[in-house]
Amino acid sequence: MPLLEVRNLEVSFGLRSGDVKALRNVNFTLDRGERLGLVGESGAGKSVLGFSILNLISKPGRISDGQILFEGKDLADMSPEELRNIRGNRISMIFQDPMMTLNPVLTIGQQMVECLQAHRNISNENARTIAVQKLQQVQIPSPETRIDQYPHELSGGMRQRVVIAIGLLMDPDIIIADEPTTALDVTIQAEIMELMVELCERNNVALILITHDLGVVSQVTQKAIVMYAGRIIEQGPTREIINDAQHPYTQGLMNALPQMAIPGQRLNQIRGSMPSLQKIPTGCAFNPRCDYLRDACTKQLPGYTVSGNCKVACHMVAELKQAEQAPHEA
Amino acid sequence: MTDQNTMKTTETDQIQVSESLVQIRGLYKKFNISGDFLDQLKFKGGKIVREQEFVHAINGVDLDIKKGEALCVVGESGCGKSTVARTVMGLLTPSAGTISYRGERIDDLDDKQLLSYRKKMQMIFQNPYASLNPRMTIAQTLEEPVTVHNPDWTARQVRDKVHEAMFSVGIDPSWGERFAHEFSGGQRQRISIARALAVDPEFIVADEPISALDVSIQAQVLNLLMDAQEKRNLTYLFITHDLSVVEHFGTRVAVMYLGSLCELAATKTLFAKPRHPYTQALMSAIPRLEDDRPQHIKLQGEVPTPVNLPSGCVFHGRCPYANERCKQEIPQLITTDEGGQVACHGVAEGRI
Repeated sequence: MPLLEVRNLEVSFGLRSGDVKALRNVNFTLDRGERLGLVGESGAGKSVLGFSILNLISKPGRISDGQILFEGKDLADMSPEELRNIRGNRISMIFQDPMMTLNPVLTIGQQMVECLQAHRNISNENARTIAVQKLQQVQIPSPETRIDQYPHELSGGMRQRVVIAIGLLMDPDIIIADEPTTALDVTIQAEIMELMVELCERNNVALILITHDLGVVSQVTQKAIVMYAGRIIEQGPTREIINDAQHPYTQGLMNALPQMAIPGQRLNQIRGSMPSLQKIPTGCAFNPRCDYLRDACTKQLPGYTVSGNCKVACHMVAELKQAEQAPHEA
Repeated sequence: MTDQNTMKTTETDQIQVSESLVQIRGLYKKFNISGDFLDQLKFKGGKIVREQEFVHAINGVDLDIKKGEALCVVGESGCGKSTVARTVMGLLTPSAGTISYRGERIDDLDDKQLLSYRKKMQMIFQNPYASLNPRMTIAQTLEEPVTVHNPDWTARQVRDKVHEAMFSVGIDPSWGERFAHEFSGGQRQRISIARALAVDPEFIVADEPISALDVSIQAQVLNLLMDAQEKRNLTYLFITHDLSVVEHFGTRVAVMYLGSLCELAATKTLFAKPRHPYTQALMSAIPRLEDDRPQHIKLQGEVPTPVNLPSGCVFHGRCPYANERCKQEIPQLITTDEGGQVACHGVAEGRI
């Protein structure tokens, strides 16, 4: 049994103009210690997916269909008490902006002790010892003095380290990190990502990394999911997706990166932009921007085709694959 | 100190007028963070003393922006790259040093005298959500700079110019009646670019113009900027933290750290052989798509505060090669064999 299995997940937001489906038909699994990347542009639904795993979708949103099985138990169906036992304890979350995550009027130590005491019956002294240990693990220099400081006394990179330490406090099974390094500089980002990989490997923690940066996904994760307009359009092993993307959107995303182009030449752009969730085109949501458009694409929602170890939602996968191989044969 | 700098710059100005469009000489900018007069008074040793604190955002930067090039300034947050952009545009006044445009000093001009330069120099900001007025239609937004800079034009001429600008960035001129919130981020950034292009500038300062955009939209906007450069023979000062964009877009790259220039070189040279230890660390930190996870160079500690600058080389506290000299003496830019410029004692001595 996988550690986490998401089945047919659908999240809707009830608006005056009717229900908007932010997620449709999402299926994936996550094993213990596995690192999964959720990639997509803004509005793709990657953050909603991250939040919905912890059943954190607030009104007017709701999980309207499907199951989120954590060790076989459905998180979508749990009472608030049961959920409280899981959130921050078995599954913890790291957000983008550490200044918004940390409480500015409490010292770091107070916040860490509070978290520990919420889940365990533990004395102040013991909680503090654990907190210092965790700060040490995330390589904060002189944790004994840092623990009594307020968040504003730390730099952005240090704050994110503290947030990671809080995420690790209860030795969770899964960490969901929503753009954890987007607000940070590249050198700090590299350090934080390296630290997270190391901690996950050492403690056998599974990681769900939500990001828009394909470079980070490539360096950190083993599996990747590419999302577009609320749907998974491609999922599989990270290396296969990076080296040999099947879906025209994933290909477009990769080719749009300056890294992939010859310096000074035009970049390969994807025309247009992601549709609003209220106006998703019929058929394949990507069809107005796609170069390989066929009749079926505008009429029928593509199912998942297995190609190699990847699952791809595109009518054209087989044909594209053939076209790709043809010149080699000739 | 200001006077000395000024004298020096007038001499150098005359030599290099022919090739540079914008010259920055000995630029310093500090911001007073000590509050108003009463906040500055402190009681110390039985006496009331006035204490002032400054953020030293730029500390002696010399840069030439050559005609037709895209000069990229990179660095991490707080290194002063945006302050350089704003000072060049005259949005901030330098604390010391000069800025010249085609050999004419522009940093000491008043608003009226600056007007003719503002027509030639335009700016594109990072966040298109904040840089477009939400209460103005797109047509109004774009017409405003055209009428300000061409007061004798007829309404028809203005409208034609605006339509041309909108057309050139791929925005349908019939959308002019809409408001900024009706557009997506990428479209808004195009409108910002159209606003800059509408007055036919020669020089554009772009401060992180694509950082707020999605990958697929980033490519669209970068392509647009490159097309505009080709068609209109524009010169760019491009501020960014994204080195992969720099590699693609820049003619030359200036790397900044804590308000100082550490390295300045042609893009190819810099990416092939970064010399300054900070540049090396910065480049090794770019997340690459390739499989081999190259070990990035770990820097010790963090960027020091620009309020109390370190002595000597500003990078010495984090530099793996730092020695006594680095702690005491501020390194000057020296020309390397590859034709770039590096401010590092280690490189000068042949240690690195």
